[in-house]
Amino acid sequence: MSSETQYTPYHPKWYRRRVSVWWWLQNRSYAYFVLRELTSVFVGLCALLLLWHLRALVQGPETHAHFLAQMRRPIFVALNGVGLLFILFHTITWFNLAPKAMVVRLGGKRVPDWTIAGLNYVAWLLLSVAVAAVLLRG
Amino acid sequence: MAETVTLEVTRYRPEQESEPTCQTYSVPYRKDWVVLDALNYIKDQQDGSLSYRWSCRMGVCGSCGMMVNGTPKLTCAAFLSDYLPGPVRVEPLQFFPVIRDLVVDVTDFMQKLKKVKPWIIRKEEKPLTDGEYLQTHDQLDRYKQFSMCINCMLCYSACPIYGLEQSFIGPAAIALAQRYNLDSRDEAARERLEILSEHDGLWQCTFVGECSKVCPKSVDPAGAIQQLKLTGAVHWFQSVLLPWGTR
Repeated sequence: MSSETQYTPYHPKWYRRRVSVWWWLQNRSYAYFVLRELTSVFVGLCALLLLWHLRALVQGPETHAHFLAQMRRPIFVALNGVGLLFILFHTITWFNLAPKAMVVRLGGKRVPDWTIAGLNYVAWLLLSVAVAAVLLRG
Repeated sequence: MAETVTLEVTRYRPEQESEPTCQTYSVPYRKDWVVLDALNYIKDQQDGSLSYRWSCRMGVCGSCGMMVNGTPKLTCAAFLSDYLPGPVRVEPLQFFPVIRDLVVDVTDFMQKLKKVKPWIIRKEEKPLTDGEYLQTHDQLDRYKQFSMCINCMLCYSACPIYGLEQSFIGPAAIALAQRYNLDSRDEAARERLEILSEHDGLWQCTFVGECSKVCPKSVDPAGAIQQLKLTGAVHWFQSVLLPWGTR
């Protein structure tokens, strides 16, 4: 109780709670959201690694061999492993959210959410198979 | 079976204290009681000074929204049996300024709601003699979900973006804008898109998705916001690639 508090009739003295910097630990959905946002850092890192790989390829076999040797170092193996997990998390969560943004109506009815998400997964699978086919043939 | 349930209720009496405190009450447990029944019991039998809002007691008026165990809920739809053995923590809706006990100030939402023009706008009204604006079932179906909003503000209380950035226009206002945009009788979708594309509009949303989870009417405001973002992005591309096509 505070004796300093003044109360003026018809002019409420509001109380406003400050949002803690730890708000994202308040519930599972918030933590999940922050994790999903953080995945973009790893998507970015893996994109940089890919660019580095391309640069090494362009610079000739020697540089490329050096690049591959670098990639076998535990730190890069770990980075790629963690990166892969985060990219999978990123992809799956965004595919699952896609139906929220895409409302497709066919014959006057809204196409069910699972169909929209499913088509994304099918496209992912087909592209992955195509990439795998190109890589394995080479 | 529990005979009593403990409620930890936030009290804030601005004439007495400078910040909220917690008061504990013990109420009889009844299977068919919701948190609002327990609050009414406290008000009637134990402490008449407890302040909170409620009206219909059946999930229609949207005035009894509070935080129950940290989640925004309509207290008329939050059964005590789901929170056994307790204690049940009852707090005012978070991110809103508290006036007294469990009563929050909702002026901010009311102003934001008005800003998106949630009513039917026609370029030219038909004369009355032409009769009603008719709609097919399909046309109704397009916006019906968003028209179920009861302005309970649980979605604002669930949205950390609104908590951190009070100027954000917020989930319910955007969902209601989309409700009128999708209405075949309305002709102001472009106007609303411009209002919502302002700095404090839909692009503030980072798609936490919690607004849709707490919505007691399954309005899915998060969906409405993402759909509008898609519309906004398509419109922007059109205006860049085909500037003459968007006039």
